Amino acid sequence: MALHLGATSSAAVRAGIGAGQPVISVAGLTKRYGEIEAVRGIDFEVAEGETFGFLGPNGAGKTTTIKILCTLANATSGRASVAGHDAASQRDAVRRNIGLVFQDTTLDTYLTAQQNLQFHAELYGVPKAAVMPRMRQVMDMVGLWDRKDSLVSTFSGGMQRRLEIARGLLHAPRVLFLDEPTVGLDPQTRSSIWKYINELKGREDITIFLTTHYMDEAENCDRIAIIDHGQIVAIDTPAALKASVGKDRVQIHTTDDPAAIAALAETFGIEAVTREGAVTFSVAGGEQFVPRLFAEFSVPIRSVSVSRPSLDDVFMSYTGTTIRDAEASGTDAMRQMAARFRGRR
Amino acid sequence: MTTEAATAPGTDALIDQIRVAVPAYGIRHDLRAIVIVWRRELIRFRTDRLRAITSLIQPVLFLFVLGTGLSSLAGRSMPPGVSFKTFIYPGVLAMSVLFTAIFSAASIVWDREFGFLREILVAPVSRASIVIGKCLGGATIATFQGVVFLILAGFADVPYNPALIVTLIGELLLLSFTLTAFGVMMAARIKQFQAFMALTQMLVMPLFFLSGALYPLAGLPAWLSVLTRIDPLTYIVGPMRDAVFSHLSIPAVFEQHLAPGITWAGWLVPLWLSIGIVAIMGLGMMAVAIAEFRKTE
Repeated sequence: MALHLGATSSAAVRAGIGAGQPVISVAGLTKRYGEIEAVRGIDFEVAEGETFGFLGPNGAGKTTTIKILCTLANATSGRASVAGHDAASQRDAVRRNIGLVFQDTTLDTYLTAQQNLQFHAELYGVPKAAVMPRMRQVMDMVGLWDRKDSLVSTFSGGMQRRLEIARGLLHAPRVLFLDEPTVGLDPQTRSSIWKYINELKGREDITIFLTTHYMDEAENCDRIAIIDHGQIVAIDTPAALKASVGKDRVQIHTTDDPAAIAALAETFGIEAVTREGAVTFSVAGGEQFVPRLFAEFSVPIRSVSVSRPSLDDVFMSYTGTTIRDAEASGTDAMRQMAARFRGRR
Repeated sequence: MTTEAATAPGTDALIDQIRVAVPAYGIRHDLRAIVIVWRRELIRFRTDRLRAITSLIQPVLFLFVLGTGLSSLAGRSMPPGVSFKTFIYPGVLAMSVLFTAIFSAASIVWDREFGFLREILVAPVSRASIVIGKCLGGATIATFQGVVFLILAGFADVPYNPALIVTLIGELLLLSFTLTAFGVMMAARIKQFQAFMALTQMLVMPLFFLSGALYPLAGLPAWLSVLTRIDPLTYIVGPMRDAVFSHLSIPAVFEQHLAPGITWAGWLVPLWLSIGIVAIMGLGMMAVAIAEFRKTE
């Protein structure tokens, strides 16, 4: 019950500040690594209290952007500010105001959970009197207080990630950065991590910036930026993004898929592809289209399904590829690059 | 502390307290950072007993096996009551901190591979305080290692004289600090654990052999004489041997022969200069390490 009280009060606080300055603002940001342009001129703002997601395939520039915002890398050009401080010239001010959870674990597994947090509290200069109560608070939040004296090496992947989230919150940052917070975890653990993140939004007055390449996770955000090849291709709420696609996805199982694809193109002028073993296409007003399909179609249909657009479709419509295909081609590009690099020596 | 006090109603108050108090850049904050980095080294050393034991094996072998074995050969040039073990004891004592000090810096490379370094580098503290904490931490555990070896002094007929022990511990501390600084400087550049281990391994033995730990520095061929004077370890092994020999009651002729001091073309390098060389090298290498860690990609 006390938890609910906390939720209301911090939500009220957030509503009060929400109207003010953006917590993160980025303008014309680029980053080059030699010949490779990882980030190619991006602009966005994140409001106080918002949960903002960067959605894109691996290698799209998500981690590079986070590294610049967190002062771990210098931008090639452009400007980024976090909590009112410039990420390039006021590093320490930015660092005091952010919490970080990286893709790979950054815990000392030879120390206990509490020792890890103690180390963090000292490095961030948390007032001595506040260290213990705060440590308990954040560990309680992720359900690890009773394991505080265990060595981190005995923790499962999910527990380690939870501990990292707790540690990221220890110094009461204004912005919490979560870089792929659930990567490498099994689905059950993933959803439990999300449970903790959503709970935390109710309890702490905090802005969350996260990156993910899981479509379903992006749904947890207030707003999403879709990033592909170092550029933001769309930025809006998940609902608005889905509405912008405007088309429903229709999947039909037929007795002869190539004939069905040809017939769709001929009869309705619709481009269809085979995906997941079914003929798939997008059409406005899917439910109204189905009766027409049955009336005018020559190929026998065994089943039909109509679905509202998902973020997958959003990604597809903005980038012309699915996130999984984008990742596959990204890996190919890396392989080619590696091969070229080897060839040069 | 009551359990209820730490739950939700206190959250906002606590957050406000922390946000206001999380200090701007300041010397006290840096000191806290130095202390916690130093303490982490100690905690990790304490939990790693195997490392503490294994790193003592090598000096024990040198002192008792090599020392005893060679004493029949070297016995004739030794004064009565002093064995070859006594002669090599200061050098082997230096060796007992050598590996621990340099390899304590290997944890930086390790931390980089396992991500923990990133947690440190993104903290709002100066890179200098992190490097200083690391160097002091390595120096402390290595000196502790040396002190354990000091307990064995009696077996090499080195007297347990309080003044001597204090002098030796001070010299061990300085040596450990400089060696750790050297390791940290290397770790700032070398990103692979294997490469770090191979390179330090490769450097440690020549440093040890050229330091005069196992032979007197007088009457050497010119080439070896020059090499020993280039080796920084020489400038700490020399004073340590002088300290030991000044507490033995042996004829001056022998002392002259066995612990002749370090000379540059016949000029005897004074103790303060010898110590100063080691200290300045340590500080210099630490400064290089700090500069390296300040770089951002």
